[in-house]
Amino acid sequence: MARTISLLRRSHPEKVGLRQWQAWEHGNMSGTEFFQQLINGVSLGAFYALIALGYTMVYGVLRFINFAHGDVFMIGAFAGYWLTPKLMPHFPGAWMPVGVCVVLLTAMALCAGLGIVIEKLAYRPLRSRPKLTVLITAIGVSLLLEYGGQYLFGPDPKSFPDLITDSALEGTGALTITRSQIIAVGVTAALLAALSFIVKRTKLGLAMRALSNNPTAAALMGVNLDTVISFTFGLGSALAGAAGILWAISNPSIDPLMGILPGIKAFVAAVLGGIGNLPGAAVGAVLIGVVETFVGGSSFSSYRDAIAFSVLIIILLFRPAGLLGKAQVEKV
Amino acid sequence: MSRYLRSKKVWLLLAVLGSALLSRFSGAINEYYLQVIIFVGINITLAVSLNLINGYTGQFSLGHAGFMAVGAYTASIVTLGVPLPLVTYPEPSAALFARLLGALVLAFDHAVNAVLWVANSGVAAVHGLPLVLQFVVALVAGGILAALTGLLVGVPSLRLRGDYLAIVTLGFGEIIRVVIQNTDAIGGARGYSGIPNYTTFFWAYAVAAATIYIVVSLIDSTYGRGFLTVRDDEVAAEAMGVDTTKYKVVAFVLGAFFAGIGGGLYAHTTTYINPAGFDFQRSIEIVIIVILGGMGSTPGVAFAAVLLTVLAEYLRFVAGYTFLPTWLRQLAANRTIIYALVLIALMLLRPQGLFGGLRAFGASATRKVPKAA
Repeated sequence: MARTISLLRRSHPEKVGLRQWQAWEHGNMSGTEFFQQLINGVSLGAFYALIALGYTMVYGVLRFINFAHGDVFMIGAFAGYWLTPKLMPHFPGAWMPVGVCVVLLTAMALCAGLGIVIEKLAYRPLRSRPKLTVLITAIGVSLLLEYGGQYLFGPDPKSFPDLITDSALEGTGALTITRSQIIAVGVTAALLAALSFIVKRTKLGLAMRALSNNPTAAALMGVNLDTVISFTFGLGSALAGAAGILWAISNPSIDPLMGILPGIKAFVAAVLGGIGNLPGAAVGAVLIGVVETFVGGSSFSSYRDAIAFSVLIIILLFRPAGLLGKAQVEKV
Repeated sequence: MSRYLRSKKVWLLLAVLGSALLSRFSGAINEYYLQVIIFVGINITLAVSLNLINGYTGQFSLGHAGFMAVGAYTASIVTLGVPLPLVTYPEPSAALFARLLGALVLAFDHAVNAVLWVANSGVAAVHGLPLVLQFVVALVAGGILAALTGLLVGVPSLRLRGDYLAIVTLGFGEIIRVVIQNTDAIGGARGYSGIPNYTTFFWAYAVAAATIYIVVSLIDSTYGRGFLTVRDDEVAAEAMGVDTTKYKVVAFVLGAFFAGIGGGLYAHTTTYINPAGFDFQRSIEIVIIVILGGMGSTPGVAFAAVLLTVLAEYLRFVAGYTFLPTWLRQLAANRTIIYALVLIALMLLRPQGLFGGLRAFGASATRKVPKAA
């Protein structure tokens, strides 16, 4: 199995991604199958976690859903597409892992810049306006990135360059674990640790938490709201950009509309965990990833994209504050 | 005379008679133009009905294409009259999931087959009627089924506000699309073709006029003020004894009903529908009409429907003008970019929309209260 996958991946890199071979693996569910799906689900959840954190952080400080966040993820993938052939030749042989890190960090920086610019141009002027106005603007920004992307990059899917030669690991028995899965989970864990450090131990993180607790009081205590909000957008967008590259490594076919579905699923993950709650977003993302993979592996596989929405509707009906969130009473 | 011109019923009658009269001459225009003109009528229906939900009641819905799809498919099933195949009961499967859900699935299949049997008998009965009546029944059936879907969406969404509601309605719309895509009996992802071409100029504009009439009369009525209070301040409305829950549901059900009828008209003019035609982007197109026209302004939204539908078609020509630079032609071909820029610019500069504040029939909603002497 592992060999077939790596062979197919080599011959048709655009066709064989994470999703495809998950779909092959349905039928009877044995113990191995179960663990296989679990592994696939967790690594899928890792992507969603990186995106979901951006949603949840922005919601924490601004109380609004940044619709365009999924498209920043797409821009991250395209940044990787553009940067890889430019940067990788400078890192031959054993330097390759450094090159990968450089590509990843540069793409993250680009996405952070994009997020900050979007906030400054589109959302900041509307900060005191009704929420609906901001929501509509966010939809506009999202459409602009998607179709602007189609205009600039062309609407047809592009094959993501081989940043990391993806193959299944040896010595895992009947289970198939690919290198991209390990990298996705590893990078996500590292970024989560970094994020947790920033939020808990730095001054800006403290300011973020203060702002999300009570913006007026935070401002009175000398927190510069504009700086903190910009920083939050930058941080969230950088994580989305990293997710874009990791996603493209295991699903090497990228197109300007690729951000819509992962974006929505990550949003659902953020709501599932309790929006505004950082560990909640990560937990919710892993849950969504696992549920989606199991449904994708069952006879209901064609409904897999509707699953996230069903989960969202159920959560909002029965526990709108999410799994780890605290219910809030709206004051008049 | 002016007294009559202020009566909405007179205007409705004039519009219906006018569209019947003009429909006589529709053979004289180029078929393509006629198609665009009919699309304008359908888009007026869709946008005015969405305006009831998004504009007047302030419940930002992104799932209008879903309701439209329900109406389009239902109406097509009725006019085509091909009985839907019953669901075959599943083989007991060894897969873990299927074993757990097996009993549930079987019960569900029985229920589905009962509904299908009733639907098929109904469709067979309708086929004894003259064609015009068949079409009317088809449209109304599409509207009713869409309204039921609206109820299904509206009730759970009541607890949600703003952004959440938008995403959940988007989700419902997508679920409807995925379900249709996975239903082989109505063509699945291949789509449903061979729908008779019944939608004429008359039908498109009579329905548009009726929709405008009903929405405007409703909002101008004492009862209809409730929708506006839900939008303006839900908490205050509740404190004043307005049943906000009921108003939200009514808005969703009525909006979905007209969207369903609009979908039926759409299916009977394109003669081919597929689930991809009712995706998120379709919903966004209707939302953009409503926002451009000004949320809560029926004449504004109707104008915007005309403007955007014609503009969208005109951009197709612009994309073909060889004397223009390539980048401009590509931009014209990719009209969603223009929509996106318009949306952002509107929100930054004129959030009430191009024609916001415009109201039908004597501006009763903004009428100044005469000062006490």
